[in-house]
Formats: sequence, structure tokens, C-alpha cells
Amino acid sequence: MNAIIALSLFGISSLFLGFLNNRKILLPATLIFILIALGLNFTDWNHEYLWFNNMLRTNNLSINFTTVILLAGLLVVAISRGFGDDEEHSHPAEYYAIMMFSLVGAIMMVTYENLIMLFVGLEILSVSMYVLTGSDKRNLRSNEAALKYFLMGSFATGILLFGVALVYGATGSFDIHGIGLAVKDAKSQMGGLYGPILTAGVIMMLAGLLFKISAAPFHFWTPDVYDGAPSLFTAFMSTVVKTAGVAATYRLLSTSFPDMYGTWGNPMVYIVGATLIIGNLTAVYQQSFKRMLAYSSISHAGYLLITVLAKRPETNASVLFYSLAYSIATISAFAVLILVSEAKSKAGKPDESFDALNGLSKNNPLLAFVLTVSMLSLAGIPLTAGFFGKFFIFTDAFSNPSGIFKSLLVVAILMSAVGIYYYFKPIIAVYMRNGDIEKIEISPIYKYTLILTTILTIVLGIAPDLVKKLF
Amino acid sequence: MLTISLILLPIIAGLLTLTTKGENSKTIASIFAFAEMILGAYVYHSFMPNATSQFAVSYDWIHSAGIKFSVGIDGISLILVCLTTLMVPFIILSTFKNNYKNAPTFYALILFMQAALIGVFTARDIFLFYFFFEVALIPVYFIAAIWGGEDRIKVTFKFFVYTIFGSLFMLLALVYLYMQTAGIAHKSDFESIYAAAKTLDITQQSYLFGAFFIAFAIKMPLFPFHTWQPDTYVEAPTAGTMLLSGIMLKMGTYGLIRFVLPIVPLAVDKYGMIAVILSVIGIVYGSIIAIQQKDMKRLIAYSSFAHVGLMAAGIFSRNIDGVQGALIQMLAHGINVVGLFFIVEIIQQRTKSRELARLGGITQTTPNLTVYFIILMLGSVAMPLTNGFVGEFLLLKGVYQYNAWAGAIAGLTIILGAVYMLRMVQKSMFGITSKITDGFADLTLSEKVVLFPLSFMVIWLGIAPNMFLKFTEPAVSQLLSILK
Repeated sequence: MNAIIALSLFGISSLFLGFLNNRKILLPATLIFILIALGLNFTDWNHEYLWFNNMLRTNNLSINFTTVILLAGLLVVAISRGFGDDEEHSHPAEYYAIMMFSLVGAIMMVTYENLIMLFVGLEILSVSMYVLTGSDKRNLRSNEAALKYFLMGSFATGILLFGVALVYGATGSFDIHGIGLAVKDAKSQMGGLYGPILTAGVIMMLAGLLFKISAAPFHFWTPDVYDGAPSLFTAFMSTVVKTAGVAATYRLLSTSFPDMYGTWGNPMVYIVGATLIIGNLTAVYQQSFKRMLAYSSISHAGYLLITVLAKRPETNASVLFYSLAYSIATISAFAVLILVSEAKSKAGKPDESFDALNGLSKNNPLLAFVLTVSMLSLAGIPLTAGFFGKFFIFTDAFSNPSGIFKSLLVVAILMSAVGIYYYFKPIIAVYMRNGDIEKIEISPIYKYTLILTTILTIVLGIAPDLVKKLF
Repeated sequence: MLTISLILLPIIAGLLTLTTKGENSKTIASIFAFAEMILGAYVYHSFMPNATSQFAVSYDWIHSAGIKFSVGIDGISLILVCLTTLMVPFIILSTFKNNYKNAPTFYALILFMQAALIGVFTARDIFLFYFFFEVALIPVYFIAAIWGGEDRIKVTFKFFVYTIFGSLFMLLALVYLYMQTAGIAHKSDFESIYAAAKTLDITQQSYLFGAFFIAFAIKMPLFPFHTWQPDTYVEAPTAGTMLLSGIMLKMGTYGLIRFVLPIVPLAVDKYGMIAVILSVIGIVYGSIIAIQQKDMKRLIAYSSFAHVGLMAAGIFSRNIDGVQGALIQMLAHGINVVGLFFIVEIIQQRTKSRELARLGGITQTTPNLTVYFIILMLGSVAMPLTNGFVGEFLLLKGVYQYNAWAGAIAGLTIILGAVYMLRMVQKSMFGITSKITDGFADLTLSEKVVLFPLSFMVIWLGIAPNMFLKFTEPAVSQLLSILK
């Protein structure tokens, strides 16, 4: 909880830091701010509190999700390199401030007790992301992406809000635990027959949230927006926003609507199946590394959503572990992409195709290794955190006895085999193809971030219990 | 603790090798590989011939899920641990003539591979087994894909995707079994899994059988899952081919013995015949294709495919001779195939060719090479008093007991094997000297250092197979008693 207050204040103060005319101070200041927030986050550990007239509820699960989100935010800030000195980014303080504000929104999305707070958090996060997506002012694709994201995103938020209103109408409560009780009553009185208003409300809320997670069939904005946005903010979107969205969905479904599994269970199975299939199969055909990562993020939304359907007490830890493993690997992949695409820029524009990676290992063995580990992790190959992420999710999923769910698992397994196909393209490009990339200069903080994410990925791939025990 | 050292030593050695520069890496890698061999010999020496899992240790790995880092060596593991620790030093020595670019990485990958292989063969927890099973793939993929031949990218990628695809089915089966273990807190050690497997009905077993069979059949490979194999063997650098055919292939046969036989006995009863038929088809098919090969490396690749078919048939015949034969044959085949691939490498280095049509007449200047080649060849065609004979004899006996027809057809392997092997030796070594084989230099010392021990083992194991069979027998009997 203190993290929200602290980060809001830090966001505002970093706006004022911008007046100092000293760009160098911003990056370390922001890192320290987020680290402090991360520390403050743990002050509520093992105490379940309600805050602000029952608006937010902190518990260990929400604190853990906050940790993953802040960690992802921290890593993204660490690879921001102060946003360069060019005219495009003449006000770096604003970017840092917006990133911190969006983290506040994300934390609210994992801590909400009242649905209004879910909406407010989602809006804070989304509006920040609309701005950041369009932050590459002179780039047409960035502008297009921002507009597209804004139009579709606001529509989705509207649907979510409509769903909230309907659920309020049906249950008389904005409080997720209150709604849960009302649904339980309705179940015991009417034997699982819920009125159309409640059903419509649940479906609409889910649609709004699934849009943010970019699950099929609400994923159409993802490739264009991820592709158009500056790579740094794409990394931010595909980790922080995704984790927050999944956490919010998980919280909503497991607190308010576990008794309505009959209503949303089967549609979710189809949505997850479609997300996995569309994300993975389309990723195979991409020529651009960045666009491939966009589709890969869709497919990982599918794996993450499997946890929503699994019914086991251990699932909390599984979804956290997966989010962490996925975020770390994605950020290291983007970090390498940012460096390489700038080094190989064509006509002033960064080259984000797979070909840009050709022969990277020759002069940049560290970058090649980092990229390889992150790709192996995303593909779910053992020795990396991604394997255990998938492993825990599949194990939990086996506890759901329904037959249709078993076929979903088979789809998930087949799709992880497809995933190997496209995650190996960059690996093959860096090690086995010939190219001409000079040695890329990396700043120390950037380098340590890369080393840290890689080591974390491998350590979690050997001893997942180090982290899983904490969850 | 001994088992853990067996796994850790190559990892440490690999990391040390990574820190070296250029030529030194060979020396460091081979020193550690020989140290590992001594450790392996010590394990062999202090092994008690009974059915228990020895040198066992067990730590919590993923506590909340009841998954343990549990390793141990029983008779079945022992033979494969011996194979791995014996072969890797010779595989490393066999590369001494080559100057690979990024040599430290190359040798580190071989050592990492060794650690993963030992892990596979000693794991006593299904998920630990799976973990190593997959991890073993990564080093060998990079060895083949970075240091391989012209067409390596496509070929090794097919190999990787194919085998991972199979393993994912096994993962599904393993998770399913894990969920069947007693209690709310599931366990994944072998004992709990074997206990849980007893409660499975025939439908469940059939699905599990299918999943396991695909995984292991791709790994070995069995007909019709073999299409990745010849290309990968040919494109990989020879050290990679040796690792793949000499050791890694045995992960599949080991898996059959360790999982398929004890866990799904009813399904093996029902579908075992299909597996035996596929294996026998593979034997004949592989042999016939081997006879027509023009490229020596490809010829040995197909011969390996034929041999592994016989091992699988022996395992699926589920009697003591079949399984024992398969075990001793795993060891023998590993030795022979590493030796034969090395000889091909020697010929290729000197003549820049592996094509039988362009070779010939090498014997005239190379008495040493000829002797070693013929010993290894005789081992491969299962001549009495060589290691191949013991294995193939037991295997054929086992298959014959299971089904006389299958045994008879599988017996063709000896005849066909003699045909393609003799053809290879004759075309490459005897006859008229060709332009490129003129003035072929005989073996150097570093080559003899590899070929002499291998040839010695071919004969020694042929004379005294009991030095291994006595260790495997109790474990195999116990395993087969589960089936009854």
C-alpha cells in the first residue's frame, strides 16, 4: 500500500527533477525510487489490511504480484539509458514520471477490493501507456499505434465499466468479496441459474480485462501497437501490463465468481485455446523479431490464463512464478533487440527483423548468450525459469477434471512445441548465420541488467524453490 | 555423494574449460574427462551386485510439489554410467587433430552433455529424469548446429524440434502419473510412481504407453520416427555424432526399460507386439538401406538405426535374456560406433572424402588402422568373442522366446550386418589404391591412444561379458518380477 503512495509522490517529484537541467540524475533517481517502493511494498507482509474505506486490500498474493510488477518496471527503467540526448526525447523526466504513474495503476489493479479501484487502476495504467506508445513523435508507426491503442483501449475500458455496472445492478455491491457472497447466495437459492444481468456483467468485465491481456479474440491491437511503440515501452507493456491484467483477472474470478465457473469456465477454455493457437501459429510466420515477440506475448497470455482455470491452492505460486519468469526473459530479449536494432538501423529507423541479428555472437558474445537464454526460457526449455513456469502451470492444470480442459492441455503442449520453432529463429541467427555487427558499446548499468536477468533465469531454472517458496 | 560428484565434476570441468583459451581447452577437458572415468571406475569397483539403488542421495528440490533431487545407481544405471564415463574421454581425445574455432565452448559443451547424460541415467525422480533428458539435448544441439557441416542449420533444427516434440508427450505422461500418486501431497520419486502405476487400468495405461513410446522411439530412433537421424549424424561434427549415437541414443532404450516396462505392463502386453514389429521392420529396413550407402558416415548411421531396433525388440520381449541383451548391447554398441565413427573421421581427414567409390587400397600402407578397423567391424557384426556377439545373441534369444517369427526376421541383422560392414571395409580399405588414398599415412600416436582401448574393450567384453551382466542381472530380475 505504501508503495502506491510512495510511487505517486516519486512520480511527481521526478517531474520536478526535470527542471534541474541535469539528465544524468534521472535514471539513478528513478531506480532508487522504484527500489524504495519495492521495499515499502513488504511492510504489509503477512497482514491482510483493508485501505481507504475498503477500496484496496493488501494480502500476500497482492504483495507478490506487486513485487513482480515493480521488478519488471525496475528492469525496464534500468535499460532505458536516460532516453538519449536527441530532440525527440527532450523531456526524459516526463517519461520516467509516466512510467512510475503507470506502475501505480498496475499496483492498484492487483490490490483492488472495490471494482471502482480496478477501473481507476486500469485507466491510470492505460492512459500512461497510450502516451508512452506515441512517444516516438516523428515516427508515423508510433503515432498510429498510439491512436489505435487509445481508440480500442478506451472502448474496452468502456465495456469493462459497463460490466461493473451490470454486476453492481445484479448483486448490489462493488466489493469483490461482497459480490462473491451475493453470487454464492444466488447459487444456493436458485441452484446455479443466474440472471441475464449478472451473466452479461461477468462476460463484459472479462472482455474488458482480456483486452488488456491481449487474449484472443481481443488481441488484434497487439501486434501493431507492440510493433509501433518504441521497443522500451513495448517491453514495459508486455511485462507490467500483462502481469497486472492477469493478476486482476485472477483476483476477480477467484474471489467474486468461483461459484459461476459454469458460466465463464467453458468460454475461457475456448479463449485460452484460441489465444494459444493464434499467438503461436502466427508468430511462426513473422519476419520481424519485434513482431514475433508481440505474438509470443499473446501466446504467453494463453499460458498464464490457464491458471485462472486450474483449481488448486498451489496455483497462486504458479501464476506468480510464470509471470516472473516470463517478464525477466522478455525484458532481456527486448534489451538485446534495442541494442541490435539501433546498431543496424536502416535509413534512420532501427532494423527489427531477424536478419539484423545475424552473426551477433561473433563480436558480441554476451548479447548472443543473453538472447539465447531468454529465448530458451520463453520456449520453456529446461535449465531456464520458463520451463518450470510451464511445468507448474501444467501440473496445476491437471487437477481440473473436466474433459474439455484436458484437451486444452494437449493444445497447450502442442503449442509449446510450435513455440520452439520460432524462438529458435533468433538463436540460429545469432550463432549460425553470418553477419556484420560491430562490437556494440554497452553502458555498465545496461550490462549488469542483462547479466542479472540471465543469471536469474538460469538460477530459477535450476532451483525454482528459491523463489517459489516465497510465494 | 559419489553420484552427485559424477554429475558435478563435468559441470565444473566445463566451466573451467570455458575460462581457458584456444588449445589448452583440449587438455583441460580431457584431463577432467579421465578423472571422471576414474570416478566411474571407482563406482563400478565398489558396486554391490544386488538390485538396490546404491550411492543414493536425495534432497528436496521443489519442496511444495514433493519433487526431490534424488539420484542413485542400480545395475541398469551402472552399465550406462560406465558407458558414459568410458566414452567421453575417448570422444574428446578423438578431436585432438581438429582445430575448432571457439574450442573452449566446444569442449565445455561436451562436458555439460556428459553431466546431463549421467543425470539422466542416475535420476531417481521422474521430473529430475525429465529435466536431464531435455537438458542433454541443448549442448548436443549447439555442438551439431555450430560446428556441423554445410546443411547443419536445417538438419539440426529438425532434430531438435522432433525430439522436443516427443519429450513433451512424455512430460504429459509424467505429470499424469504424478497426479495419480497417493495422497493430496503428490510425490514424484520412482518408488511412489511405480506404486501409483499399479492402480492404473488398461485404458490409462494405453494412453501412457503411447506418450512414452513416441518420446523414446523418437530418441532412439525406431522406425518410422527415424527420419531426423541419418542427416543429423552426417551433418554433426564427428564428436557430436559419437555423443548422439554412442550415448544419447541409449537414453531412449534406458527410458523403455525404466518407465515403459514397469509402469504400463498391461499396455505393453497389449501393444508390445506392434512395438516389436516396428523394431524388426527397422532392423531390416535400416540394414537394407545401409547396404546401399555410398557415404561411410551415413552407412554407420543406418547401421546404428538397425542395431537399436534389435535392442528395442529385445526390451519389448520382456524376458531376462532380451533385457540383459539390450543392456550389454547398449554398452557394446556405444564402444563400436564411437570407434567406427572415429575411423571414418581419420579417413576423411586424410583423403577429404567419405565416399566409398573414391576410396580403396588403404590397407597397403596402414597395418595398424586395418587391424583396428577390422576388430571394430567384427564387433559390430557380432562375431563370437567380440562384444557385439554377446549382446546380439542374448537379444535374439529373447526375441525368439517372445515370438519365433520375430526372432527369425530379427536374426537377419547378423547376415545383413555382415554384408554392409564387410562391404564398407572392402570398398574403403582393400582393392586398388585410388588417387586420394595414395600414400595414406598410418595411425599417429594420438589416434592409437583412442583406437587401442576401444578395440581392447571390444574383445575383452566379448570374452568376459559377465563383468557387467552380473551387476545388471539382479536389477533386471527385480524389474521383470514387477511385470509378473
